[in-house]
Amino acid sequence: MAAPLLQVSNLNAWYGESHILHGVDMTVREGETITILGRNGVGKTTTLRTIMGIIRERKGEIRFNGRDMAGVPLHRTAHVGLGFVPEERGIFSTLTVEENLMLPPVVAEGGMPVAEIYELFPNLYERRGSPGTKLSGGEQQMLAIARILRTGVKLLILDEPTEGLAPVIVQRIGEILKTLKERGMTVLMVEQNFRFASRIADRFYLMDHGKMVADFPVGELPERMDTLHKVLGV
Amino acid sequence: MSDVIHNSSATSTASGRTERSATASKTYAAFLVIGLLLLLIAPAFLYPIFLMKLLCFALFACAFNLLLGYTGLLSFGHATFFGGAAYFTAHVVKEWGFPPEIGILVGAAGAAFLGLIMGFFAIRRQGIYFAMITLALSQMFFFFCLQASFTHGEDGIQSVPRGHLFGFIDLANTTNMYYFVLGVFLIGMIVIWRFINSPFGMILKSIRENEQRAISLGYSVARYKLGAFVMSAALAGLAGGTKALVFQFATLTDVGWQMSGEVILMTLLGGIGTLIGPIFGAGLVVTLQNYLATSQFPVTIITGVVFMICVLLFRRGIIGEFYASRLGRKLGFEHRR
Amino acid sequence: MTMIFGIPLQAFLGQLLIGLINGSFYALLSLGLAVIFGLLRVINFAHGAQYMLGAFVAMLMLQYFGINYWFALFLAPIVVGLFGAVTERFLLSRLYKLDHLYGLLFTFGLALTIEGTFRYLYGSSGQPYAPPQQLTGATNLGFMFLPIYRGWVVIVSLIACIGTWLLIEKTKLGAYLRAATENATLVQAFGVNVPVLLTLTYALGAGLAAFAGVLAAPVYQVSPLMGSNIIIVVFAVVVVGGMGSIMGAIVTGYMLGIAEGMTKVFYPEASNIVIFVIMAIVLLIRPAGLFGRDV
Repeated sequence: MAAPLLQVSNLNAWYGESHILHGVDMTVREGETITILGRNGVGKTTTLRTIMGIIRERKGEIRFNGRDMAGVPLHRTAHVGLGFVPEERGIFSTLTVEENLMLPPVVAEGGMPVAEIYELFPNLYERRGSPGTKLSGGEQQMLAIARILRTGVKLLILDEPTEGLAPVIVQRIGEILKTLKERGMTVLMVEQNFRFASRIADRFYLMDHGKMVADFPVGELPERMDTLHKVLGV
Repeated sequence: MSDVIHNSSATSTASGRTERSATASKTYAAFLVIGLLLLLIAPAFLYPIFLMKLLCFALFACAFNLLLGYTGLLSFGHATFFGGAAYFTAHVVKEWGFPPEIGILVGAAGAAFLGLIMGFFAIRRQGIYFAMITLALSQMFFFFCLQASFTHGEDGIQSVPRGHLFGFIDLANTTNMYYFVLGVFLIGMIVIWRFINSPFGMILKSIRENEQRAISLGYSVARYKLGAFVMSAALAGLAGGTKALVFQFATLTDVGWQMSGEVILMTLLGGIGTLIGPIFGAGLVVTLQNYLATSQFPVTIITGVVFMICVLLFRRGIIGEFYASRLGRKLGFEHRR
Repeated sequence: MTMIFGIPLQAFLGQLLIGLINGSFYALLSLGLAVIFGLLRVINFAHGAQYMLGAFVAMLMLQYFGINYWFALFLAPIVVGLFGAVTERFLLSRLYKLDHLYGLLFTFGLALTIEGTFRYLYGSSGQPYAPPQQLTGATNLGFMFLPIYRGWVVIVSLIACIGTWLLIEKTKLGAYLRAATENATLVQAFGVNVPVLLTLTYALGAGLAAFAGVLAAPVYQVSPLMGSNIIIVVFAVVVVGGMGSIMGAIVTGYMLGIAEGMTKVFYPEASNIVIFVIMAIVLLIRPAGLFGRDV
């Protein structure tokens, strides 16, 4: 079994006055694709944002690649090896597609060359001169993923990559994530689209009330359906 | 603007008896009586002209705070109302022979009119734009005063007679003048106190807390803001007109942008959004100016440094800090976040 | 004599030139204000003081070290920019989480302090600063005499404005700046040191103001009051243009400078209030400003 790339223990986080995470424990190993499942408002996005270092009111331990992230300021988390694709995609409207793509600094070798990115996402190449927000929702999502691939981070953190996208686009994003997986990229994502997640994830975390309540590999999915139905309320 | 500039400790004193504990009410009454007594006997101990200047600026600062502290609007143009009223009062008293009480009322009315015009333009934008617009319009008024004939340009209106109050009280007598100024000051303060505790004042507060909610509740926010602006301008005018009679002149100094800055400092120093804070702020600034007037050291530097210190470290102001302090809380003043 | 609208052509063009020069300073200063406001959300009241500092640094460098105009044109903005960087890093940066009005109040205090200090040290009256020898004299354009230095001011400030625009719109640093204006947290999560970016931006704005100050030194007198006189007008320019667009700030600066110059020709009494009047009219017609996006 590969060494843990990300190790989260007893993570608590606050958003202003409200206590959102109540002791999250999780492990992500190198090369794995992990999906966090859970109902709305249980703290999935907060978990990702706290690991990224965006939410600073936190307690507990986050270790990445053996390094304690407690003292790492936000602008250094990317350099340690974490790449973030936020929920609203975060495409900058005053920047062109290409400027958006080139914006995140390269933090390590091994990132995808721009030519290869454009090969993987031909639409982006065609529209590289137009403003970022003129893209369709699907293209924006691809741009948000593409710009992280360039940087050479070790862990890709995705928040709801398929939200609000047409089925054909969702399928395309699934293919892209599979390609990345074949290249050895480690992925941690939050996803509501269960069918999509089950096709690409190696392992699941089930989240409820600010902590992880279950953890199982994709193979155990059929026997876990009851628990899932109960916790997810589907 | 999410959290509008204001001091939360203020809310407790401002929003009336209901929110204030019984202890605070008693403490407040005690302070009020002591304060009044001190003001009544003060001329026996302190130079009356200095006291009158202080009262005028205190009223000016409280009028300004009515807008900033209770409506959340930062005006950088209040010199227009203070200095404009000084010109109006000086002019009608000196050239037209109006009695002093009418002269001051004319000053306040004139300031209210200027406030209506300036407010009409300024409330079209919010936040810092509001500040910049009021500053620019105030500068325009400055240039107007520089060129208009009735202001006598750089010389100003000199040797304005104080006249006889109600026709028989000679205000040339300094003691009479002092108690007249004190009367004007107290009337102004009562008006402010009534205003912020009126339904109108309550709506202003809700606009400051959450403008969108006030709009969705169906309040014509613009009209309320304009009302507050005019009210604040009129009271600033009351202070300015009185000042013209105290010093018996009106000059360009009172309409310059530095004066607008000074009143902001007084309010910030005393405590934005506290009823009596600006009085203390004005007291400190006026005392400082008097003290430095004889020295070579320029007041501007001190003013600037105090400004920066207040903004960086001391945003609650003197009275705000007092309310939030242990003693303040013991006396029953809530400090609410 | 050629006449235009009943005014001698000479006088008309002369005022047009003065308008262009004032417009150059308005453009440079409102551009700096817009750059700072875009990212820091601070209205830099000290902008006028930094403009004044630029002129003073140039003059003092000449007096004490014999550093000439050409070097001063580069060195003074760097000195003032460094001063700005220190101010931002240690003081202004503490205010970002608060209401924007506190930034305005802080920089107002800073402006008073700087201006007061220079008045204390050098008095209120202006001191002359001679233009460099290469730029003295005038050239005959056939229809008017153009003082060379004034022509230089117009051209150089235009270059500086376009240069700043290119820096922001076409470079990597500019892309960081624009992105951080939209979503600073995300840019930081991508690994860009946004606090340093904020410091650089404030230094850039202050440096631009100082650059304008050095340019202005030979045109006007070098006086501690030169900053506060111009900054209020520049605020009006910014209200007219709206601070959403860099190009908007530049264009509005030149337009209002020319409008002011033209007023001097046709109705001189109103020339120092015309910009405020235009501001009031724009507020009536387009409250968000001519190029404004944010109210």
